[in-house]
Amino acid sequence: MTETLTRPPVDAAPPPRQPTKRRRRAVAEEPGKPWMIRVPLVLYLLFTLIPFYWMLVFAVRPAGSTQLVPWPISLEHFDTVWNDIGFGIFFYNSVVMGLGVLVFVTILSVMGGYALARFKFRGQRVFLLAMLCSQFIPGAMMLIPLFVIFKGLGLLNSITGLIIAEVAFQLPLSLILMAGFIRNISVELEEAAMVDGCSRTRAFFAVVLPQLKPALVAVGSFAFIGAWNQFLFALMFATRQDKFTLPVGLSYTLGEFNTDFGALAAGGVVAAVPVVLVFAVVQRFLVQGLSAGAVKG
Amino acid sequence: MRTRTWAPYALIAPTLVLMAVFLVYPIGSVVYYSLQRYNVTQPWKNGFAGLDNFKQMLFDDPLFWQSLAFSAKWVFVEVSLQLLLGLVLALIVNETFIGRGVARALVFSPWAVSGVLTTGIWILLLNPSTGVFQVLSEWGVGSPGTSVLGNPDTVFDALVVTELWRGVPFFAILLLADLQSIPKDLYEAASVDGASRWRRFTSVTLPHLKDAIILSTLLRAVWEFNNVDLIYTLTGGGPANQTTTLPLYVARQAVDSHNFGYGSALTVAGFLILLFFSIAYLRLSKFGSRA
Repeated sequence: MTETLTRPPVDAAPPPRQPTKRRRRAVAEEPGKPWMIRVPLVLYLLFTLIPFYWMLVFAVRPAGSTQLVPWPISLEHFDTVWNDIGFGIFFYNSVVMGLGVLVFVTILSVMGGYALARFKFRGQRVFLLAMLCSQFIPGAMMLIPLFVIFKGLGLLNSITGLIIAEVAFQLPLSLILMAGFIRNISVELEEAAMVDGCSRTRAFFAVVLPQLKPALVAVGSFAFIGAWNQFLFALMFATRQDKFTLPVGLSYTLGEFNTDFGALAAGGVVAAVPVVLVFAVVQRFLVQGLSAGAVKG
Repeated sequence: MRTRTWAPYALIAPTLVLMAVFLVYPIGSVVYYSLQRYNVTQPWKNGFAGLDNFKQMLFDDPLFWQSLAFSAKWVFVEVSLQLLLGLVLALIVNETFIGRGVARALVFSPWAVSGVLTTGIWILLLNPSTGVFQVLSEWGVGSPGTSVLGNPDTVFDALVVTELWRGVPFFAILLLADLQSIPKDLYEAASVDGASRWRRFTSVTLPHLKDAIILSTLLRAVWEFNNVDLIYTLTGGGPANQTTTLPLYVARQAVDSHNFGYGSALTVAGFLILLFFSIAYLRLSKFGSRA
C-alpha cells in the first residue's frame, strides 16, 4: 500500500527503480487503463465478501440486535452451538474425516500417479479411461447402492466409512492430477540416481518426492476441503448425532433455527474458518496443480 | 525406465480395489435394483419388477419430466453464466497489480465453503427480516420484507446467484491455470505488431483457451447436473417441486421415501444422460491420442 501512496507525481522524473525481488510489484503493462481491472474487481470483491460479512455479523452480535457493525462483540452464539448443540463434536468428526481423507488420498494418488507417469503397463489405458469416466458419476445417484454396501459392511454411523467413501470418490481426479505433476518432473535425475546404484524406491524418496511438495500441498488440501464439505454421504450414512460432521449438523440447524439466525451464523463460522484458512494458504498451489494437466485430461 | 514389472500393478492396486467396490459395483447394482420392487418401508412387496419402474418413470410420473427439464435449465443457465463471469474474473486476476495475491485468495474463497455452508450464509443474507434486502429497504431501496426464497417468481434467480457465488471462482481457477500457460512472448510479439488489447484477447488468448473452455464447460455441466447439496438445503426442491433436479429427485426417493427400486430406475436414466456427456468429453479431449 505504501508504494501507491508515496508514488511521485507523474510529471516529476521518477528515480530509477531499484530492481526488487518481488516480481509481482511490477507495473501493469498498460497503466493507462487500471479501471478496467479495478472496477470489476471491486464489484466482484463486494459480491464475494458481503455474504461472508453478513454471516460474521450475525455470529458476533447479540440476539435481537440489527447492528451492521456489531459492537461490543458477543460470543453467546458460539457458546450455544459449540456446547449445547454439539458443534464441538461435529468439529472433531470433521477434522478426523478431513485429515483421514487427506492422508489416504495423498498417499494413494502418489502411488497411482507414479505408476501412470513412470511405467507403461498392460491395462493402463483402460485404467485411465475408468478414472476419467468416474468423474461423470453423480454422488447422489450412488446413494442407494452405497447405502446397501455400507449396511452390509457395518460401516453406517462410522467416520471410517465416510472416509472410505470420500476417498473412493476423490481418488480418480487426485490421481490424474498427481500423474500430471510427476510427468512434469524430469526423469533424468531419477535415472542418474538409479545408475549410481539407488533402488527405484530410494530414487523416488530422494529425488522425486522433494520436488513433489507443491503437488502434495495441492492434492492434499483439495482432498481436505472436499471432505470437509462432503454432505450427502455424511447425511445418509451417519444418522447418529455423535457421528454428525459439520455440514450435517449445519443442515439440521438450517431447519430448526429459522428463528435463531445467530446460532446458524455461529455454526457457519465454525465450519468456514478452517477451510477458508487452508484455502487462502494453498490457492496458489491449486492453480499450479491444475496447470499441470488435470483439466486437459 | 519403462520395463515390464509387477510394480505398477502393486501401486494402483488399492485404487483399483476402492474403485471396484465403491464405484463399479454400485453402478451394476443400481441397474439390478432398477428392475426390482425394492422399498425399505414396504419389504413385503419386494421382488422382481421387470421394466415396471421404467414404465412408471416414462409414462406416469410428471415429476420425472419436470425434474429433468429443470435440470436442463439449471445446467444451461448456471454453466453459461459461470463461463462468462469466470473468464472475466480469471482475466482480471491474471493481470499484474498490487495486491493481486490477496485479491485472488479473497475472490476464490467461496469455492472453499461449498455446499451446506454456502446455503447457510445465503439464508442469512436473504432472510426477509434482517437480510440484505431489509437493510436496503431501510435505506429506501426496494420494499421491506422481500422474501426471494419464498417467492416462486424469484426463487430460481436466488438459487442461480447463490451457485454463481461459489461456482464462478472455481471456473476462474480452472481458466486461470490455463491462462498462465500462455507464453508471454506471444503477447509481446502482438504488442510490437500494434495489436490492441481486444485484438490480443481474441487472437492470442481465446484460441489458446479454446480447449480448456470446452473441456471445463463440459465438466462443469456434469458437476452442476450432479450438484445436490445446495438446492437440497436451500429450497429442498420447492416450492411445489419447482426447483427439483433429477439427482435431487433421486436423493429424495432414497432418503425420504426409501424407495430404492424406483430411485434406481431414475438413477439409470441419469446415467444414460451423463453417458452422452462422457462420450463428448472423451471425444473432445482426444483421449487416447496421446500415449
